[in-house]
Amino acid sequence: MMMQANDRQSEAVAGVVDRVVAHYRGDPSCMVQILREIQEARGWIEPAAIDRLQTVLAVPRTKIEGVAGFYSFFHTRPVGRYRLLFSDNITDRMQGSAALLERLCSALWIEPGKVSEDGLVSVDRTSCTGLCDQGPGLLVNLRAIGRLTVERIDRIVELVRDEVPLADWPAEFFVIEDNIRRADILLATPFAPGDALRAAQARVPSDGLAAANLRSWREGLPTGLGGPAAMLDEIKRANLRGRGGAGFMTGLKWEACRNAPLKAGQQRFVVCNADEGEPGTFKDRVLLTTRADLVFEGMTVAAYAIGAQRGFLYLRGEYRYLLDDLNAVLERRRRDGLLGSDIGGIPGADFEIEIHVGAGAYVCGEESALIESLEGKRGTPRNRPPFPVTNGYLDQPTVVNNVETFAAAALIALKGGDWYAAIGTRHSAGTKLLSVAGNCSRPGIYEYPFGVSIRQVLADCGATDPQAVQVSGPSGVCLGDAEFDRCIGFEDIPTAGAFTVFDRSRDMFEVARNYVHFFQHESCGFCTPCRVGTSLLKNLMDKLHQGCGSPYDFGEIEKLNQLLQTMSHCGLGHTACNPVLDTIARFRPAYERRMRQQEFAPAFDLDRALAAARQMTGRDDAGAHFLDQEA
Amino acid sequence: MSQTFTLDGLSIPFTEGETIIQAATRAGVFIPHLCYHPEFKPHGSCKLCTVKVNGRHTASCTLRAAAGMVVENNTEELNAERRALTQMLFVEGNHFCPSCEKSGHCQLQATAYHLGMMSPHYDHFFPDRPVDASHPEVLLDFNRCILCSLCVRASRDVDGKNVFALSGRGIRTQLIVNAKSGRLADTDFTVDDKAAHICPVGVILKKRRGFAVPIGERPYDRAPLSETALAEAVSAREEGA
Ligand SMILES: Cc1cc2nc3c(=O)[nH]c(=O)nc-3n(C[C@H](O)[C@H](O)[C@H](O)COP(=O)(O)O)c2cc1C
Ligand code: SF4
Ligand code: SF4
Ligand code: FES
Repeated sequence: MMMQANDRQSEAVAGVVDRVVAHYRGDPSCMVQILREIQEARGWIEPAAIDRLQTVLAVPRTKIEGVAGFYSFFHTRPVGRYRLLFSDNITDRMQGSAALLERLCSALWIEPGKVSEDGLVSVDRTSCTGLCDQGPGLLVNLRAIGRLTVERIDRIVELVRDEVPLADWPAEFFVIEDNIRRADILLATPFAPGDALRAAQARVPSDGLAAANLRSWREGLPTGLGGPAAMLDEIKRANLRGRGGAGFMTGLKWEACRNAPLKAGQQRFVVCNADEGEPGTFKDRVLLTTRADLVFEGMTVAAYAIGAQRGFLYLRGEYRYLLDDLNAVLERRRRDGLLGSDIGGIPGADFEIEIHVGAGAYVCGEESALIESLEGKRGTPRNRPPFPVTNGYLDQPTVVNNVETFAAAALIALKGGDWYAAIGTRHSAGTKLLSVAGNCSRPGIYEYPFGVSIRQVLADCGATDPQAVQVSGPSGVCLGDAEFDRCIGFEDIPTAGAFTVFDRSRDMFEVARNYVHFFQHESCGFCTPCRVGTSLLKNLMDKLHQGCGSPYDFGEIEKLNQLLQTMSHCGLGHTACNPVLDTIARFRPAYERRMRQQEFAPAFDLDRALAAARQMTGRDDAGAHFLDQEA
Repeated sequence: MSQTFTLDGLSIPFTEGETIIQAATRAGVFIPHLCYHPEFKPHGSCKLCTVKVNGRHTASCTLRAAAGMVVENNTEELNAERRALTQMLFVEGNHFCPSCEKSGHCQLQATAYHLGMMSPHYDHFFPDRPVDASHPEVLLDFNRCILCSLCVRASRDVDGKNVFALSGRGIRTQLIVNAKSGRLADTDFTVDDKAAHICPVGVILKKRRGFAVPIGERPYDRAPLSETALAEAVSAREEGA
């Protein structure tokens, strides 16, 4: 009997693995997607599935286990049939997520991070899920639920207990709002699919309608290539800078990729970075929900300009629930001749877009880690140079841009570079989407021309008594009220889009501590300074939190900062100390409250060390404690 | 070899494609390193080899030399930073040197000496990393793994076996072996593999060889790491040639 059950199970596993692998043409570079789909079918990545994968993909087990072990959303141990992940951003916490998590766990009789004994449910925390304007949020089997309340939590407990299939959960739970509060060109320009491509083509004489695909890389320009070259010129004339944070000139990036030599059999790629992992950012989610056509069209414009035939949208795992809708948009565009071959009737203008879904790893937003992940590997940032524009996906020239950058590129194709450059400021052309959340009455998406002041945004979003604004998430800057007249823009405060408001009731030390935990959790672990340094920083902040701080610890934090900033391999490590340094500089009393000694206080606490013994003996009386003399 | 860059004021010649550490080593200048090995493709993860190039920190094992670069290496600032990285590696794992078979032949220990590390400085993490003694000839003591990935590269690129890999993420990154059981005995690893002899610390150890060379007479007991490393690089190059 037992034997038969086992056979049946391994047959089922093999069936799933074979189907998924066949769908991905047996290509090991699709490993992340393959593992994701196996897990979606089976609930977890069981050893039998790894066995089978090893055989059918003909790759070593170490490779599969290495990838499966890297991503937060992959499970190589059984998890609950209902997997509840509470978003653990500081805004979720401010909205009461901790108490809700506790309520849910005690009602279901489980501990966070563990699976219930009957395998029904597991509950855990996860990094920011991008629902800050409608938090607290959670993901149940990667479907998002926002605006959690006590009532919603109690209802979820019932649904789980009664084993109601997710499809039958109240539909309103899964309604995610766009909350667009201020729309400018990106969100409000009338646009029908194909408009931008047609406008781009109309801008060149008809003899220029050849695709950039149809040329060798050294081929001289003007005549046959009017279209692509003109498109590139428009992007340059627009002064468009990348919206993913760093602000690199998009025109230069595209040109470098376009001019990168191709070896035999190689091609160029366009990648849209929709990993949006920076805590507090959710503008790409709204763009993908409301303006998917604009984004895909921007990618197609890029492909036309640089001569790429394939593109990827890298969608963060937290946005898995958008996948079906986005695929439907792609399918429609294919039907309408806006994807596929000879797009817009131009011979050789061939372009296809696939969606790659991530699996819970913030570092995969870093463009070279993203490419590794696209190639089915662990998301570890690469050594640079070489850069992706010459040696990207599968070592071939690749353009990686943010979602918002592509949306802007489509508008530039539609309306021209001069039109675009006239909006915003001298060094920051165009508009910027801000994901506004925290202590304000109207959280949501605000689109402003560059140059808007912090104060203006605060007034518009209904911030009352603001103490601080975290711009661009934890890797950005924390500003106090003396700086509210500063402006959003590359000449002053650049941002990927997060705008998180903290009023005077907030403890800025706890804000920084939450961010430090985030970085520690998301460090990829590749390089020593970041892997160990973020852990040491987290321990230091926890030590202060427990009231064991001393000025000595400030010195230690500054030393760690110096080390992380200079020695780390990628931007994650470089910026990991920012929130601590910014808040020490501006909100020092929040730290000083936690100082116990003037010189030095040890992290070791005798009384706390006895906690395990107290738990084991079931004692918690006065005699089971060391009394703190100073307290 | 007409091109040169300067390293702490010295003029260092290099050939096209050579990294800074390669050119420096050939010129007889030691740059501390742990994950770099002259026979393998550079990895760039330990960051011990960080130098300042035109004022900016960068790993010297991965950056290609370019004419006219101004490189700082043996400065108090860089050595202090390297010392802190070494301390981080010590507290991240469990390194009890006096009881370690690799003592005196361990690159981490020797690097600590080279950099004048006097204490671990940070609180120890004391991770729980059980040893794997399943293999008849080789012991794996994960407590000392610094995740340099040299065994991974040796097994993949030289032995063609993929016995080792890294799994997990962040501080939970760990070395795994190619077996469903997770045990070395169930892999095709043998003591003749290149990967069996590459570990710079005391993780991959041959069994029944304990103290064949007495402590006090081991390589780094006799000559400092800076000399040994350069000599090894020379002999590796000669073998390769
Ligand atoms: C740790 C880390 C995370 C990042 N996450 C994102 C992200 O989620 N989305 C994004 O567009 N860029 C992200 N970036 C920046 C990308 O590496 C890259 O600069 C960007 O996608 C380029 O697009 P752009 O030129 O359009 O801004 C991240 C960078 C780092 C270092
Ligand atoms: S800085 Fe952090 S995230 Fe970046 S490579 Fe190093 S360990 Fe990974
Ligand atoms: S076992 Fe040794 S060689 Fe392998 S990663 Fe660990 S320290 Fe490096
Ligand atoms: S030796 Fe260069 S980073 Fe490790």
